[in-house]
Amino acid sequence: MNAILAIIRRDLLLAMRRKSEVLTAVFFFVIVTSLFPLGIGPESALLKKIAPGVLWVAALLATMLGLQRMFAPDHHDGTLEQMLLSPTPLGLLVGGKIAAHWLLSGLPLVLLAPVLGLQFDLDAGALGVLMLALLLGTPLLSLIGAIGAALTLGLRGGGVLLSLLVLPLYVPALIFGAGAVEAHVSGLGAGGHLSLLAALLALAIFFAPWATTAALRIALE
Amino acid sequence: MLTAHGLTCVRGERRLFAGLDLAVGPGEWLHVRGENGAGKTSLLRLLVGLMMPAEGEIRWDGTPVAKLTDEYRRQMLFLGHHGAVKEELTTLENLHFAAALDGAELPEREALAALHRFGLRGREELPVRFLSAGQKRRVLLARLVTRKAKLWVLDEPFTALDVKAVDMLSALIGEHLAAGGMAVLTSHQAMPIAGGRVLQL
Repeated sequence: MNAILAIIRRDLLLAMRRKSEVLTAVFFFVIVTSLFPLGIGPESALLKKIAPGVLWVAALLATMLGLQRMFAPDHHDGTLEQMLLSPTPLGLLVGGKIAAHWLLSGLPLVLLAPVLGLQFDLDAGALGVLMLALLLGTPLLSLIGAIGAALTLGLRGGGVLLSLLVLPLYVPALIFGAGAVEAHVSGLGAGGHLSLLAALLALAIFFAPWATTAALRIALE
Repeated sequence: MLTAHGLTCVRGERRLFAGLDLAVGPGEWLHVRGENGAGKTSLLRLLVGLMMPAEGEIRWDGTPVAKLTDEYRRQMLFLGHHGAVKEELTTLENLHFAAALDGAELPEREALAALHRFGLRGREELPVRFLSAGQKRRVLLARLVTRKAKLWVLDEPFTALDVKAVDMLSALIGEHLAAGGMAVLTSHQAMPIAGGRVLQL
């Protein structure tokens, strides 16, 4: 357990030392979501309708930005080898790295979403559902992304391949995440969508570190 | 006691070595030598378990390594070509993190003593990226002092070190062997440490 906390602490510390990487993803999210209301103009009915989709797609793309750097620096400087040789199981250490990735690129999005949602004229209830959906969905994005990052580790042009690999896998999160807000706005209630999102998250927490570990072992052979 | 029997290593289409036997007992060390590309690093990676041998078996105290990964990893320390040192972190933070990864608490006093021993006094709070190549190696090698391991597997430990550091490292390896430790290392230089055997690839 100490080793996992140490990994999270180290990744957060590293992110603090090179702030630009984290801030890029957050600013990307803010700017992309702000461009839509500016481009479409003050048509609140239309904005309300596209809000969940726009916010979720922007969140997917923002999470993608940091994915490639999830394991690459550790691979480059040999830390990954030491992680593999640590007495602590690699799966747990990878879990720590995924948690750090979410804290840096997922949590800020969850916290910013209600502010950005105001631009789309969403009411308080819809903003709450949006935040809840993102809170369940962004860890899922980090978990699935970790598998892709591990599979493309050390490949030339891995960035493009990573997007091609991971974005289709993000589709369920997008459908249920954006669907939750839409269902709430149309009065159907968001419970079903949120439950499915939570189920996906539970499944990913169980399987993603395992799959990531297998991919990392192959990359290091 | 580390033993290997009939090791064969295949990288891509090429067979690097085949039918290799080796044994390292307490107080002994093995000097792996060979040309560039002979498979020195591959052999070390096989021994620590980063790669699987195409044929053959590696045993630690008589038990196949594959069966006692945790136990083996606790008793073994591998320092590879790459630093495993984070440029943005300070020397002290690097040592603490490396210890945490091993699941061990590293008291501040021990970490400082290790850095001082490797001539890094006054650079404890300096990010590693401001250090020279040789000093970065010293940060990495300071782990030899902070981590208690029976078997040291070192890949080119003398790279980028100055004469003083080479002497210090040789003395450190000597102490480790005298205390019943074991070491496997690759190096192109002849090494002034007693009790060694040469394995020519």
